[in-house]
Amino acid sequence: MKAYILKRLLSMIPVLLIVAIFVFFLIHMIPGDPAAVMLGPEATPEEVESLKEELGLNLPIYQQFFEWSLHALQGDLGNSLYMNQPVLDAFTSHLGPTLSLALLAQGVSIFLAIPIGVLAARKRGTGIDRTFMIIAMLGMSIPSFLLALLLMLVFGVQLNWLPVAGYTSLSEGLWEHLKYLILPAISLGTIQAAVIARMTRSSMIDILSMNFIKTAKAKGLKQKVVIYKHAFRNALIPILTILGETFGALITGAVVTETVFNLPGIGQLVINAITRRDYAVIQGTILLIAVTYLFLNLIIDLLYGLVDPRVRLNRK
Amino acid sequence: MEGYPLLEVKELRTRFSSEKGTITAVDGVTFKVDYGETLGVVGESGCGKSVTAESIMRLLNEKSTRYDGEINFKGVNLLSLPEKKMLDIRGNEISMIFQDAMTSLNPVFTIGDQIAESIIVHQNLGKKEAMEKAVEMLRLTGIPSPEKRVHEYPHEISGGMRQRVMIAMALSCQPSLLIADEPTTALDVTIQAQILEVINDLKEELNMGVIMITHDLGVVAEVCTRVAVMYLGQVIEESDVDALFASPRHPYTRGLLKSIPTITGDRSQKLHTIQGVVPALDNVPKGCRFAPRCPYATDKCMTEFPLLETLENGQKIRCWHHQEIMEREAASDVITAAT
Ligand SMILES: Nc1ncnc2c1ncn2[C@@H]1O[C@H](COP(=O)(O)OP(=O)(O)OP(=O)(O)O)[C@@H](O)[C@H]1O
Ligand code: SF4
Ligand SMILES: [Mg+2]
Repeated sequence: MKAYILKRLLSMIPVLLIVAIFVFFLIHMIPGDPAAVMLGPEATPEEVESLKEELGLNLPIYQQFFEWSLHALQGDLGNSLYMNQPVLDAFTSHLGPTLSLALLAQGVSIFLAIPIGVLAARKRGTGIDRTFMIIAMLGMSIPSFLLALLLMLVFGVQLNWLPVAGYTSLSEGLWEHLKYLILPAISLGTIQAAVIARMTRSSMIDILSMNFIKTAKAKGLKQKVVIYKHAFRNALIPILTILGETFGALITGAVVTETVFNLPGIGQLVINAITRRDYAVIQGTILLIAVTYLFLNLIIDLLYGLVDPRVRLNRK
Repeated sequence: MEGYPLLEVKELRTRFSSEKGTITAVDGVTFKVDYGETLGVVGESGCGKSVTAESIMRLLNEKSTRYDGEINFKGVNLLSLPEKKMLDIRGNEISMIFQDAMTSLNPVFTIGDQIAESIIVHQNLGKKEAMEKAVEMLRLTGIPSPEKRVHEYPHEISGGMRQRVMIAMALSCQPSLLIADEPTTALDVTIQAQILEVINDLKEELNMGVIMITHDLGVVAEVCTRVAVMYLGQVIEESDVDALFASPRHPYTRGLLKSIPTITGDRSQKLHTIQGVVPALDNVPKGCRFAPRCPYATDKCMTEFPLLETLENGQKIRCWHHQEIMEREAASDVITAAT
């Protein structure tokens, strides 16, 4: 197991190198003088020159890359021009809201999707199945901001149950923290739920037709045990893949929802960095998102091993 | 429950309904199995052997399947039992070994867990005792070092081992009836013989009734006391093994028997296959179901449906002309012998 994790960690290096090269050259793909572009049209030549000096843009390119990489390895991704703080700090301080939102949204989607998917599979071909799958189809085609606005309007404005927008960190108390995340989590989670429910349904249908399900039934097990123990455990394997994908999408793709609900997450960080041409932040964030993705994949793969003994064997 | 036969299937009819319509996979099957007896069920692929077996345990999808007739097990009709009562019968009173051992075990649980599961459910034992019992059952089926095997997963063991695991699982609660659906197909010959021996030994020990489903007449000759021959969802002949091999009556059974090559016999003797194909279930012949393929078929066979007739010696046959056919064959045998 340890050897497997080590192997996986080593295999991340080439991927990260490619991302790093891409991210590094991003700055050199800017037409004209990057320092001038960053500072905007009002900057004086002196200011441009001193920024160039600071960013090391006068050095030969291989040396620039080498130094940049060396710093990056030590966690130094440079400083944000506008926020006056290291990029890594900016990233971690924005990661909190995004991670909380992603976890909560994933929770909502699992809570909705798995029981619905299992039920639809059991009642396959009946009215219940069709109704749920039509809802899921609709769910997948609703743009997330539309649902977000709708939820805001109903629960925030009309009923006044929950705040419309904003954010409080977890250190202010759990409820204070959750209060701001519930509506965005529901709006993201229900849409993800549609995808997960469809996957759960088709995976369960596959498994329920397998011979070992008949064996389980022939043992005299209750239907509940046959479905939730024997079938679901097997159906979980493809569902995990989808969960990994949706969680990845939640971390990186919640930009719209974060904007609508004014959550200071990664999405906002990136949007702001782009509009302000804060290149160090853009570079660092892309790199860190890549790292997050790779670790997420590793975690999902380790979970596979937990669920499926055949995967465990292949790793030896 | 004394005084009742172990299992008495009467006019069992199993129908599947789907959007395309209804098909009757088992159509009026009748047979009996007693304690300590092995009934062979033979017939070509698709004739309804597995559906019959699964009907006895009511394993088929409740929504799309309809059962009619009676399945009297120790005097109780299983078809009228509530599902909750069936849970106590499945795996406890009646067990089944499935056709495909490779896919009949759950890939994500250990062998030990899977055997122990039925023991825990039916015998009120704790996890630890159930596991010990599982080890014991595996030992009984001849698996070497069973205390290690219980921790392994199905993909880690061979096909023959998996079938033994299935047997251990099926017999772990000492059922009175074991249904073995082609337990040895897909296994090589030596393992086949070992598996049959294990089943036979345990049968003697527990005085179980066994239903042995197979394509293989060699298996029938070896382990069965009686045989039911099925064709297109019906039993067309039922008799003692000896009687069946000595004097098969039904033209279909004769065809089947001719299709086993004898080791001692003439080398040039071709493997006899019955001519023609099995009709589809949604298009069964109106009269005798075997008529389109039967060399003896008459007009009557085409239009009138023969019933299962019991002869004085207990043999049962579903054929209009079995008497004449036998007499004719006897006569031609005399002629061939004379020349
Ligand atoms: N769930 C089902 N729905 C519809 N038709 C079915 C179903 N299960 C079996 N059948 C049909 O019933 C017929 C009998 O099938 P069965 O599996 O009993 O055959 P068998 O005698 O066991 O054959 P084999 O020797 O190949 O195992 C087949 O034509 C099969 O296609
Ligand atoms: S009833 Fe007629 S068709 Fe059917 S098996 Fe007998 S002789 Fe052949
Ligand atoms: Mg079969």
